[in-house]
Amino acid sequence: MAAAARRGRPAPAKEAEAPTVHILWINGGLSCDGDSVALTAATQPSIEEIVLGALPGLPNLAVHWPLIDYECGPQEGADTFIEWFYKGERGEIDPFVLVVEGSIPNEAIKKEGYWCGFGNNFETGQPMTTSEWIDRLAPKALAIVAVGTCATYGGIHAMAGNPTGAMGVPDYLGWGWKSKAGIPIVCIPGCPAHGDNMSETFLYLLYMATGQAPMIPLDEALRPRWLFGATVHEGCDRAGYYEQGDFATEYGSPKCLVKLGCWGPVVKCNVPKRGWINGVGGCPNVGGICIGCTMPGFPDKFMPFMDEPPGAKVSTAASGAYGAVIRGLRSFTMKTTDTEPSWRKPGSELLTGAKKTWA
Amino acid sequence: MASGDVVEMVWDPVTRIVGSLGIYTKIDFSQGKVVECYSTSSIFRGYSIFMRGKDPRDAHFITSRICGICGDNHCACSCYNQQMAYGIHPPAMGEWIVNLGEAAEYMFDHNIFQENLVGVDYCEKMVSETNPGVLDQANKTAAPHAEEHGYATIGDIMRSLNPLSGEFYREALHVSRYTREMFCLMEGRHVHPSTLYPGGVGTVPTIQLFTDYLTRLMRYLEFMKKVVPIHDDLFDFFYEAIPGYEEVGRRRVLLGCWGSLMDPSVCDFKYENMSTWGDAAYVTPGVVVDGKLVTHDLVKINLGIRILLGSSYYEDWEGDEVFVKNDPLGNPVDVRHPWNQHTKPRPQKRDFQDKYSWTMSPRWFDGKDYLALDTGGGPLARLWPTALAGILNTPYVKSTGHSITIDFPKTATKGPASFEWEIPEWSNALERNRARTYFQAYSAGLALFFVEEALKELRAGHTQTWTPFKVPDEAFSCGFTEAVRGVLSHHMVIRGGKIANYHPYPPTPWNGSVRDVYGTPGPYEDAVQNTPIFEENEPENFKGIDIMRAVRSFDPCLPCGVHMYLGGGSGHGKVVRRMHSPTVLPLER
Repeated sequence: MAAAARRGRPAPAKEAEAPTVHILWINGGLSCDGDSVALTAATQPSIEEIVLGALPGLPNLAVHWPLIDYECGPQEGADTFIEWFYKGERGEIDPFVLVVEGSIPNEAIKKEGYWCGFGNNFETGQPMTTSEWIDRLAPKALAIVAVGTCATYGGIHAMAGNPTGAMGVPDYLGWGWKSKAGIPIVCIPGCPAHGDNMSETFLYLLYMATGQAPMIPLDEALRPRWLFGATVHEGCDRAGYYEQGDFATEYGSPKCLVKLGCWGPVVKCNVPKRGWINGVGGCPNVGGICIGCTMPGFPDKFMPFMDEPPGAKVSTAASGAYGAVIRGLRSFTMKTTDTEPSWRKPGSELLTGAKKTWA
Repeated sequence: MASGDVVEMVWDPVTRIVGSLGIYTKIDFSQGKVVECYSTSSIFRGYSIFMRGKDPRDAHFITSRICGICGDNHCACSCYNQQMAYGIHPPAMGEWIVNLGEAAEYMFDHNIFQENLVGVDYCEKMVSETNPGVLDQANKTAAPHAEEHGYATIGDIMRSLNPLSGEFYREALHVSRYTREMFCLMEGRHVHPSTLYPGGVGTVPTIQLFTDYLTRLMRYLEFMKKVVPIHDDLFDFFYEAIPGYEEVGRRRVLLGCWGSLMDPSVCDFKYENMSTWGDAAYVTPGVVVDGKLVTHDLVKINLGIRILLGSSYYEDWEGDEVFVKNDPLGNPVDVRHPWNQHTKPRPQKRDFQDKYSWTMSPRWFDGKDYLALDTGGGPLARLWPTALAGILNTPYVKSTGHSITIDFPKTATKGPASFEWEIPEWSNALERNRARTYFQAYSAGLALFFVEEALKELRAGHTQTWTPFKVPDEAFSCGFTEAVRGVLSHHMVIRGGKIANYHPYPPTPWNGSVRDVYGTPGPYEDAVQNTPIFEENEPENFKGIDIMRAVRSFDPCLPCGVHMYLGGGSGHGKVVRRMHSPTVLPLER
């Protein structure tokens, strides 16, 4: 939608020869499309501001995003959306950034069929699986961005007992994977990911792609450091109640929710600080327990969600004491919840505990 | 349309919807119509499988993740379901907050879908590329309601819908954001709520909370005073400019609505009282067949649900354990009812003559036939039974027994305004879309009433929002609501304090269902198969706009279930030709 929309805009001379950066967005993983939807809520910047070049130094951009793409023609006919992905594979659009939404099911644990598809494979006449697209496009991509906790670490669809062997993009490609430009997979977790966290990261990557910003700083779980460096608790305006040892015992109370199931003290996420949309909403700051949805251990290591987290009693009892003791107790829990369960990996075995009903 | 043969055409994935839908068709260009259509969904995630053995209190957090645009409807439905199982209901304040959140979801979701996704199919750029003659006419046609919305001609309305450059398109994006702020005020986070729990909400009710909501709501009311006449003008123009356009996306009137937005003074979430509190809901449940209200009893609706297979990648569960033999009223429960369903995936090659989708075939059994009900994308199937039942009576929204009236008070720059939705002649693409706009106004009118009720509670000092509960060892329960795009049910069986069975049925499994064991096609398939082609392009540069309008009118949301396939009429003795070289469709059928 982008290139056409910007045609009427007078381009500065230095941009005239700059190549168009394409964004290829695959929502064909095991997802709910919630990250696409959340991105439409972003305002800092908004999608239309990125696409219309409202910020200084942005390259020409062509976004191929199923949720709001203008293109709607038939396969191999006029005005076809999916054709851009084939162009990407054939090297006809360069550079492009591949965005993956949804977890990657393990297509190797069965003889035939598909868990998820995105368009068709013309050679087989069958759906092109999302993992097949990743295999074809990853080597050509300038960068890969995994949006939402499904794509980053497996998420809900990768929980214990799942039948598809779902995993995150780094599990699928390897945690040490780097693009041809030397860029690691960029993970923007959250269930769904926060709209502004996504649009801000895209903005950073576009500046990086055009040599205007250095390598994106990522933590050990491949999250942008400036967005995921602090815990929910550190940014929560109810932390004062925690400090006073004043805890809610019923939902609807304005006090600290730790005893009702809030995992805020060990979860890396900026939502209570940022709010959900334009500063409105969030999680513990507005009465919702933090269920750890930005974490690699989500959801398994946080369930049952409505029980008090183990260890919360120790640290809540000692919440008068600051410093090393609390941080030490928490760092153990944080390490556990910042690690994925062991079954999320490639291979021909179904390791989730689900019983196969197929050959 | 000179081609004189039948062409197979495939849209996969269909853009401007939620999720991956494939539409596979055969189009007879000489006769200008679609002769065959298959829809297919290409994802399987297995919620019913991985929820087994989990804590029932996790169900609303998990099921919210089924859908990324109406996840909160799942969350709310799961809370209703759990409340039945736990024998509790939220305090009135908790229920009003849920209703305010859910009303905001309708206002947001229908708005962004209508203007930023569907609207593009009716924008100037699209119409200029598919029907230049129609655009010429639009430019010469004065808009009947120009005074209300400010656009002099239909062509001006179409230009305002152009992606990004169109002013109304951009305004709608902005509206989609502040309506989501309204949602977040009540449910914390869009689209997977943080503050909903069985028993009520964690939201803290304050004067500020409701003031923040109300100020945004009044802006939305002002916006809708323009939006309703814009869409009446636009859709009426299509009937006038393209004679026969009523046939696009048309199917028999077979509509289902499970009711939504509960009245806390009536609803106790007990199954035994479900017929009563179902009728008291602010959207009346009902099944409408050929224009007649067959039932508005939620118990009858529940017992009539059947899950059929036929073209789906699953093994049958015939002979497996039956969880629920009788409902709490003693009525027998069928083995094909969601309470008794077992989900057994069997991944296999896609074969349009056999199994071709991960979607199953939900049907509603009226005692004689397995009806392939659709939801009309949500609003059409909600307004129709609500209008016919004649029960709804709120200050701003009322049912007349044959229509629905919506009365808006004065807003910042506009005086009071009244709208009346009348039962249309057809269940087709344009009426599904028109109903969507009216339902946005309907939701806003209800929200205004909900704010007033919540403030009454607050001023009376009733600030409790949540009711404590204990999870029973053994129970079975159900929850019903209306997801944005239509019927939503959750069925649960608890054993040993854990989930033994959980089957959610969102709208898209109904609308995007596939040919069942009796050969009955699903609603998308059925509606597209009857669609005439009015696009002026030759097959070589054909976009399929009429087909896309038919499909998008249902507001497809594939994470909850579908793909479509359009294939051609070999049965008509025509040459079946493929677009370009390789294709995915079997040539001989």
